[in-house]
Amino acid sequence: MNDFLFYIIVALVKIVIIANMILITVSYLVYFERKISAWTQNRVGPNRVGYLGLLQPFADVLKLLLKEDIVPKVANKFIHSMAPFIALFVAFTTYAVIPFGPSITLWGKEIPLMMADVNIGILYVLALTSIGVYAITFAGWSSGSKYSLLGGIRSSAQMISYEISMGFSIAGVLIFSQSLRPMEIVIAQHGWMWNAVLQPVGFLTFVVAAFAETNRLPFDLPEAEPELVGGYHTEYSSMKFAAFFLAEYANMIIGSAMIVTLYLGGWQFPYVETFGFSPAVTIGLQVGAFFVKMGALLFFFIWVRWSIPRFRYDQLMNIGWKVMFPLSLLNLIWAAILAMIMK
Amino acid sequence: MIESYIPIFLVFGFAILFSLAVVFSSSLFGPQRPNAEKMTTYESGVKPIGLANERVSVKYYLVAMLFIIFDLEVIFVYPWAVKFKSLYAQQGIQVFWAMIVFLTVFEVGFLYAFKKGGFKWD
Repeated sequence: MNDFLFYIIVALVKIVIIANMILITVSYLVYFERKISAWTQNRVGPNRVGYLGLLQPFADVLKLLLKEDIVPKVANKFIHSMAPFIALFVAFTTYAVIPFGPSITLWGKEIPLMMADVNIGILYVLALTSIGVYAITFAGWSSGSKYSLLGGIRSSAQMISYEISMGFSIAGVLIFSQSLRPMEIVIAQHGWMWNAVLQPVGFLTFVVAAFAETNRLPFDLPEAEPELVGGYHTEYSSMKFAAFFLAEYANMIIGSAMIVTLYLGGWQFPYVETFGFSPAVTIGLQVGAFFVKMGALLFFFIWVRWSIPRFRYDQLMNIGWKVMFPLSLLNLIWAAILAMIMK
Repeated sequence: MIESYIPIFLVFGFAILFSLAVVFSSSLFGPQRPNAEKMTTYESGVKPIGLANERVSVKYYLVAMLFIIFDLEVIFVYPWAVKFKSLYAQQGIQVFWAMIVFLTVFEVGFLYAFKKGGFKWD
């Protein structure tokens, strides 16, 4: 019983820490996106609220909190509020299975540095991303606006199209890890045996699919501003809009965390054990390595957004079905052949 | 084994509470001054014409059907991928060919859909 209580308390502490981490990273991700976009376009960016504009995210949340919540008369009220709920729910629960460090030993008990070390981790992520499609479809359909409807339909078609190449890319990773447990996927990439090195094509298809799944440019057709105003969240205001905004950035963080876990060795820091540090410093360096890799990928996400123009709808679907799908399939066969050679 | 899922349920509980709080706080703090103009849907400044619950192009239906077929294929591949190395050590190259046969059957279906114009979007 005592062990069980300890387990529950550790789980709760981890949830509180990680939830706060997510909220702070999301706020500052928005800030950095605005700053980086400003630098790209030779502007200054937010610099009024606090030192260098660092309090801007909090001002934004406060502003949205005090805005009127407008629901159109023709909207389906229940589903209209359901959609931001689902979006936020998915964004917060997906973090549960992402390992950001190796197991640590506290008071004689082994604690993995992730919320839940389950053996179906990858399936759990795939299932939740599929639920995420509902949020956008519901938002588009229930608003009763034509822009929202078009945005919602486009986005569901786009997300389900890229989910297939995403699934096949992950299958290539599973051949080397021999497990669906994210922790073992990371451990299998010991040293320089990163999956990005072993199967570069799979890495490429997964990164492109991650961009499409998070609705980021160049795949942000669901909210293409010049043609669809705000896309699926045209008719949302106040905190419901903030929920979609938060979910989008949280999904970006999940996307880069998944890329790091599956392809860039997760928390692996090559040759760290040859440096001769104490175990605590080694673990610190490994956790640091995870966050540095994730930060680099987040910067890459933002960098791409401000450098590449948007695709047209038919181009997007052609890439998804005629390029990404065969490429990810070839990558699976390549991974199987490589596993047979390296045996 | 089952206790490794307890944190998942705790996360679910936390996420439900947090998301509900966010969604409800929108109508809690802001002003509530609705009027007829404000409650109409946005249509670039002109009066909305007709409703948005029109019929949707059948192409989207086709995409959904194809998705179901190929996503199921992905799920069939997963157990094979997880067990591939250990099965190869026991039974040799036939484990590889078995999957190639399965994928070929599916790719014939893909090519059929392709030939029938299932992937034309303009």
